[in-house]
Parts: sequence; structure tokens; C-alpha cells
Amino acid sequence: MKPGHGEVLLAEGDIDVRADEEALVEEFRRQLELGMWAAVPVSAPGGRREARMVRDFADVPRDADRVIFFPRAAGGC
Amino acid sequence: MALALVATSIVILALLWEVSWPTVSEQLERRRAGRARVPSLDIDPGRERRAEQRARQLLRSCVNDEEWEMYRDLGFIRVWGALADGLERDHGGTVATELGAPYAYLLYPHKPVVAYLPQTRELLNEYCVDFPDETRPYGSARLPDSDDVLAKWMALTGDERRLIETANMHLPGRQVDPKRVRRDLWRLQEWERQRMRRRARADGDPAGRDSETVSE
Repeated sequence: MKPGHGEVLLAEGDIDVRADEEALVEEFRRQLELGMWAAVPVSAPGGRREARMVRDFADVPRDADRVIFFPRAAGGC
Repeated sequence: MALALVATSIVILALLWEVSWPTVSEQLERRRAGRARVPSLDIDPGRERRAEQRARQLLRSCVNDEEWEMYRDLGFIRVWGALADGLERDHGGTVATELGAPYAYLLYPHKPVVAYLPQTRELLNEYCVDFPDETRPYGSARLPDSDDVLAKWMALTGDERRLIETANMHLPGRQVDPKRVRRDLWRLQEWERQRMRRRARADGDPAGRDSETVSE
């Protein structure tokens, strides 16, 4: 998510392809270094949906189809 | 004689110069401004609209059907509180929430998150939270409305404690009118009733039809 733009595709690839995985890991780290939070939307029991916050690429479920980066929360108003 | 004429001419020229210079100067400035290249402003009036459309699609793909329809129809999303130990009083909870009473949040775009008790509709707190983009060197444009709601939804369902600890907590009514919230809670209740009726009807349950006949 990017202010003024909405969703922006940062990187995509097949996690089972080594070169793709490296590119995804690199982009993941870059986003976290920029101060973004990363989340993976997942299904929870009872038909609920929730987000799983991830701080390391290894925490991303292997079957996740995407990771969403969004600006870190800060106290506002 | 000639010297006197020359001196007089010089004085006259100097006076004329003094009188006419402001006008000449102004005309020169205007001419310069007229020929100056005006930088074209790269404004795309559809950009924010397209960003919001993309944000709505992203939100829809992340939340469940009920939450999406709630946002589409009512303009906010309710998220149930899920802290294992309940919402502590330090973080805006009550004795009831500490003892395990269910509590929930209303997520509005670009407004504080409002916590409340669904059973009594008692408003607990407002949690003011922003998602500023620190990567921009010059201030921060706002996320599209639906992205703001999605960011709150992800932060709340992903790490509720971190979000409420990060947010600035205020008593109800500081930013969001409590009357409006209570009205929204009433709208939500009605919306849920109608949704249940529709689902019952779709499932072929006559109870859905009967309850509609009775209430309408």
C-alpha cells in the first residue's frame, strides 16, 4: 500500500524457483528496512479471516499467495 | 550658451528617466513573465479515484464476505476483540472486559478505531492511529480510504495488542461523535438482521420469510 497510489506490485515470483525466492527475500527485507509492516491475510477457523504479521521471510506461510506491506502504525489525531 | 543647453537637457533626461523608469521596469517584468516557461502541473484527477478502486479490491480480497458487505453497505467494519486476557483497564477496557466480556472495534476510514461493548453498546475508547509513509522525503499523502481500513484490520487482527499500545487512546467523543457511533451500531444491528433473513430465504428456510413478514 502506498499513500496516493493504493496497491503497488513490488515483486512477484515462484517461491520454488531459487532466483525468484532470492528476489522476493531481498524485496521483503528492503520493505522492512524502509519501516513497513508486513502481513499475510489468512483464513481462521469459523470462516473468519485475519492477518498474520510477519517479521521474517521464513515466517511467511509457504502457500501464501501474497504479502502485503503497509506503513507502520503510529499514534495519531 | 551651449553648455547651459546641454546641462538643461541632461537634467530633463534625468527627470524623465526617474519618472518613466517604474513604468518601463514593470513592462519589462511583464514581458519576461509572459515569455517564462510555466511548469506544467502533473495533476491526474483520476489518480485518487483509481487508487481507491484498487484499494477496495484489495480489501475485498482480504476480509471475509460479511466484513466486505458491511464495509460496502455501512462504510465501516466491525472487528471482534481477541486478546486472550481480555482488554485490560490500562488499555481502555473495563472490569467486564477483563473478566472476558466480548468487546469489538469499529474501523472507519481515516477516523479513530472505536472500541465498544456489543451487549450494552457502551462506548469504551477511541484509539487514534495513523499509517504515515516514512519513506517519503516530503510529508505523507494519505492512504486511500479502503487501504486505511485494511491497514487497521490487518494490524488489529494480526497484532491487536501492538496496535492499541501504539495508538493514542482517548475517551469516546473526542473525534467521532458518540451519537453517530450509536446510530452506526443500530444500523449494524438492522443490517445483520436483514442479512440473516436473506440468507435464511436463500437456504429455503421459511423462518426467514415469516420473520420478515412479522417485522415489516
